[in-house]
Amino acid sequence: MSIIQNITKLKKNEEAAGFPLKGAEGVFNDIVELSGSQAVMHAFLAEDVEIIFGYPGGAIMPIYDALYDFTDKMKHILVRHEQGAIHAAQGYARTSGKTGVVFATSGPGATNLVTGLADAIIDSTPVVCITGQVFAHLLGTDAFQEVDIINITTPVTKWNYQVTDASEIPGVLAKAFFIAGSGRPGPVLIDITKNAQLQKFNFEGYKKCDFIRSYRPKPVIRKSNIEQAAALINAAEKPFVLFGQGVILGKAEKEFKNFIEKGGLPAAWTILGLSALPTDHPLNVGMLGMHGNYGPNVLTNECDVLIAVGMRFDDRVTGRLDKYAKQAKVIHLDIDPSEIDKNVKATIGVWGDCKETLPLLTELLEQKNYPQWLDRFKQYKTEEEEACIFPEFNPATEEISMGEVINVLNELTKGDAVIVTDVGQHQMVACRYAKFNQSKSNITSGGAGTMGFGLPAAIGAKYGAPQRTVIAIIGDGGFQMTIQELGTLMQTKLDVKILILNNRFLGMVRQWQELFHEKRYSFVDITSPDFVQVAKGYYIDGKSISEREKLKDALQEMLDHKGPYLLEVMVGKENNVFPMVAQGTSVAEIRLK
Amino acid sequence: MKDENKIALVNSAIAVSGWQEFTITVYTENQIGLLNRIAIIFSRRKISIDSFNSSPSELEGIHRFTIVINETEEVVRKLVRQIEKQVEVLKAYFNTSDELVWQELALYKVSTDAITEKVKVERLLREYGARVVAIRKDYTVFETTGHREETDALVKVLEPYGLIEFVRSARIAIIKTSSGFHEKLKEFEAMAPGTELIENTYLDKNEEVFSM
Repeated sequence: MSIIQNITKLKKNEEAAGFPLKGAEGVFNDIVELSGSQAVMHAFLAEDVEIIFGYPGGAIMPIYDALYDFTDKMKHILVRHEQGAIHAAQGYARTSGKTGVVFATSGPGATNLVTGLADAIIDSTPVVCITGQVFAHLLGTDAFQEVDIINITTPVTKWNYQVTDASEIPGVLAKAFFIAGSGRPGPVLIDITKNAQLQKFNFEGYKKCDFIRSYRPKPVIRKSNIEQAAALINAAEKPFVLFGQGVILGKAEKEFKNFIEKGGLPAAWTILGLSALPTDHPLNVGMLGMHGNYGPNVLTNECDVLIAVGMRFDDRVTGRLDKYAKQAKVIHLDIDPSEIDKNVKATIGVWGDCKETLPLLTELLEQKNYPQWLDRFKQYKTEEEEACIFPEFNPATEEISMGEVINVLNELTKGDAVIVTDVGQHQMVACRYAKFNQSKSNITSGGAGTMGFGLPAAIGAKYGAPQRTVIAIIGDGGFQMTIQELGTLMQTKLDVKILILNNRFLGMVRQWQELFHEKRYSFVDITSPDFVQVAKGYYIDGKSISEREKLKDALQEMLDHKGPYLLEVMVGKENNVFPMVAQGTSVAEIRLK
Repeated sequence: MKDENKIALVNSAIAVSGWQEFTITVYTENQIGLLNRIAIIFSRRKISIDSFNSSPSELEGIHRFTIVINETEEVVRKLVRQIEKQVEVLKAYFNTSDELVWQELALYKVSTDAITEKVKVERLLREYGARVVAIRKDYTVFETTGHREETDALVKVLEPYGLIEFVRSARIAIIKTSSGFHEKLKEFEAMAPGTELIENTYLDKNEEVFSM
């Protein structure tokens, strides 16, 4: 039976059943014969997949062939490298709150996903990757483009599975989407051998998965823990909240805001938690960690109750652990029980989805505020403003600073844009200074620190939030790692703004070499092509500026431009990002210069 | 340095650092690749595994792993949480040796001549509770079960008489306080959406058997 006949039959079944195919369970009145590849497409329809980022190749050709009949139901974005596909899927997942989907072929196609998988697992991003694999009878024979991708990706996937028989596909994909998106989200890779893609089988319909007996994504909340946590907070004199991406992943921004507002609790964010709470909220005291704000770092070691919400005490946040918040009682809210007590011992661990735990906790809180304690944050803020922020925004030199670019950009976007960053100095500066009014607006590679993340992630982010302005802020080093994705932009004509902050150095490594390696600048001096000309080669308009007077107009021009645009701003060559908690030191030892 | 001194030194280091022998028991779905998923949790942290057994459990479709390592309790607790985090792991427990009844199986291949000619060998084998598994003209295979020290001791005494080959299995262990996995499994299956259940012993009884 041809695919067209199949679809006609499906449509008839749909009419008979009286409900649409999309998202429905038990669609078919009677069994139809489908190929494994067609079953993949039906799974995608049922899972509301609207976009796939991918790159075809020999071992995934049957799936691409099936996709050919579904192009009116879902988009496929042809990237220029599989790493670009998975970063785009991550960007899409992060702005849309949905699961990103990736196609790649076997062998090198699949191995090119590994960096993205590592990035997605450490940043808890829901992604489902489908890789083609050689015919099952060729497994283990060193066949052309055969690679053991299941074993390669085991440490960097939440779950992975190799399909060798088409009849497994509906069940396995249902599990894949359930696992990727539930609990603490993460990447899933499904490797499908070519014979399974081609094989016809009796498709009995697609049933979404909502239960796996060995997997408990939704913890049952214990009332006693909530009560104990509330009692601790109510008795606190200097409570301090740290929030991470868990708030965004749990779609609990409102619940979180109510929580801190009722308790009058000052709250600081990890870089993945950024934008969960508007940056100008009076209780938002700033950024944690190595390049975070002065007050939140110093006062971590002065608070009496530390309340961590959906964050995992990364070493870049805690600095030296044995000198981290030792004086404080710690309440840790997390959906992943392995995070509680992992790095910082919790006095009370509240295992649960913060969408559920936060309202329960808020209910038991006394309405309070801590004016003196908040003043401490304000004092440190003033100090930091004088020592770091004012000079960053108003440099004495002719060279433009990264901070002033972000500052001017804030004026123009008014905090409404999605900011996607790459990794390095520009990332820290953008996270420190960018203003955000709404959630899911700061897309960055946090845990993995993947250079090259920015451009492809911005492409995905735009598809995830098509109505919003998406600006990719990238350094001259990271941009050259995935620069080929300009081709994807060219082909899609997607309205993504690229803002390159070019300091002609691998700036963050240079900063460390300056501070900790006696200025021995070992291979950080990077030469770049003429980025504007490169963009032009891809039919993307652009401009490069180096004078302060032109900054605002150039940024405005970039924002006003219809379609993709590249603006390169030449910035100070040897500027450093401060404050800084040097590696191996305590958060309280944060230095302002 | 004499061996005994070395051992004493190591033992005192263990006492100071809190290292001791832990047996981790893991119940999992029977899934290809899961063995690797569990093994890399140890290798990623450069923790060496003393003994690793994987075999079907008493429940159809469910595998049981028994893993022995030397570590501190804190590390083991975290490892067990990482193991339980794997999608296809149903449950993981960790216990010290005194909380377990455990055995290892050992096979010894000895020249048949040596046994028939030397009465002492036969007596030794009886003393150590060895059973004959196979008798051939040229060799005989015995088995014993016991703790590591016991199976080791027999190796030592047989060596002078021409021990041809020796092999030992991984540890298998029964948790003294466990009440079987049937009930636990029923609980898990009852957790299908819509069922109200409180299963959160981890937060309840932090000090006892870890549970998700």
